[in-house]
Amino acid sequence: MIAANALGFRHPGQSAWLFRDLDFHLERGQTLALLGRNGRGKTTLLKCLAGLLTPVEGTIARDGAVGYVPQAFASPFPYSVFDVVLMGRARHVGLFSTPTAEDRARAREAIAEIGLDAFADRRIDTLSGGERQLALIARALAAQAEILLLDEPASALDFRNQAKLLALLRTLSRERGLTILMTTHDPTHALEIADRAVLLHGGGHAEEGAVADMCAEDRLTALYGLEMRRLEFDAGGRSAAGILPHYGAGYPRL
Amino acid sequence: MTRQGAVFAGLAVLLLAAMTTALSAGRYAIAPGDVLTLASGWIGIGPGRAGVAEPVWRVVELVRVPRMLIGGFVGAGLALSGAILQGVFRNPLVDPHVIGVSSGAAFGGVLAILLGLGAAVLWSMAFAFGLFAVVLVIGLSRRAGQSSILMLVLSGVVVAALFAALVSLATYFADPNSTLPAIVFWLMGSFASATPERAWRMIPILTACAVPLLLMRFRINILSLGDEEARGLGLRVERTRWLALACVTGITAASVANSGIVGWVGLVVPHFARALVGPDHRVLLPAAALLGASYMLLVDTLARSVIAAEIPLGVLTAIIGAPVFMLLLRRSHGDESWRT
Repeated sequence: MIAANALGFRHPGQSAWLFRDLDFHLERGQTLALLGRNGRGKTTLLKCLAGLLTPVEGTIARDGAVGYVPQAFASPFPYSVFDVVLMGRARHVGLFSTPTAEDRARAREAIAEIGLDAFADRRIDTLSGGERQLALIARALAAQAEILLLDEPASALDFRNQAKLLALLRTLSRERGLTILMTTHDPTHALEIADRAVLLHGGGHAEEGAVADMCAEDRLTALYGLEMRRLEFDAGGRSAAGILPHYGAGYPRL
Repeated sequence: MTRQGAVFAGLAVLLLAAMTTALSAGRYAIAPGDVLTLASGWIGIGPGRAGVAEPVWRVVELVRVPRMLIGGFVGAGLALSGAILQGVFRNPLVDPHVIGVSSGAAFGGVLAILLGLGAAVLWSMAFAFGLFAVVLVIGLSRRAGQSSILMLVLSGVVVAALFAALVSLATYFADPNSTLPAIVFWLMGSFASATPERAWRMIPILTACAVPLLLMRFRINILSLGDEEARGLGLRVERTRWLALACVTGITAASVANSGIVGWVGLVVPHFARALVGPDHRVLLPAAALLGASYMLLVDTLARSVIAAEIPLGVLTAIIGAPVFMLLLRRSHGDESWRT
């Protein structure tokens, strides 16, 4: 469970709120998507929820360990995938100790769960963007996180890898009962796996609701300042939905 | 044996060889057999002192053993400090000089020489000013209770520049016939002042600072991810970083206080160790310490045996270190062992 109550944030020394009076409540196994234009506070909200930033107003309640998955692995050191995942155990390793056999076993389990076995000994800088993203998720799993916070997990991936990632996240929430919050620039992703969505309109205006309502055409059009269309189509007998921008409707003025 | 085990066995053999060389080579050459006889005597095997000529055991026990111990510990400490700082600051060009401690310690030592104070006072002043410089760096880098890596490095550069200017000023006022040469030679670095008493003062300080660093080696991995990721993994970043910096400061201040500025060891040795065992600090830190000790012993042995006078240590470490570093960088270029 993770819940926000009247959450508000603005940067120190600035009068404009990024978001304000934001409430939501996510149960175990639910998924929430954070949508909004660049600079409207998606990552900031995620960091507040991860405890990396302190909200200016409001409170956050969580009943489980939080695993923050950054957009990219930023260390200049070419650690092996196994070493990276093992670092997820930091919380469980004392200041003057090193990981135990149990820590290593948990790291191996997490790697196996994500299906990265074959890559365990590879240097992380030799992996593709999609595989690196998976390694970071494995690290959060090794940390025994029950709430996953992902910062644009799919933004650097091709369509096929996006599908794999979404399938993995769906499995983690449905079968493992993980609570998942992710920022994304693709409303289709929200529609695909999320139960709820938060729209950050900027200027302190934020709304939260069921994903179908939040991804209504008029709402998204207002959110992005661009004509957005929802398309329903038949994909092998199963009805699917996608959301596309109508770029040609008039490019925004530069 | 794993590759890692083989590397560590190799490093241990290298260190033993460096120690034997440090005890036997020099202007007064001593047969390695005599060194062995003496060394087994220390652990109660064989005749020990009785098995060698008197000048031999006097030179070995009173001059070379203290010098070997100090050199080995300083080399290990500086290499360890460099590896820690490169990890914590996530920057391959960082060494113990960057946080200002060397320049502060250098100024303390130079001031003591200028004022004509004794060796013990020089040591204390160098150590105290080294600590003071780091406190200054930390004070400058903190803003609203937080301090970023960038601010730390910038403050370090500023404080180092300030103390370098003060060293120049003190040198300018020094008497060219007496204190000036003393200052210049002290700054260039040497282990020539080694005595058993000094060894007993240095070793506990260096050990007390190095042991926590070696123990927290897994935390250094986490710190090397950057503040935010480390915090996201549940680490108290600032506390851990200050502890690491405090230990590094102790090692560097003690080293400069004892033997002047010996550059390049803290920069080159960690790179070399990384090429041998990889970036994981759990194995990198012990490897860097072993390699640093061997490197320092070999360089110091060269410094005191190549020509009749001693070559200043700092000069030699730079002459050897700079080209080796260049080679390492060129070799690792295609390898991208640093993704900067």
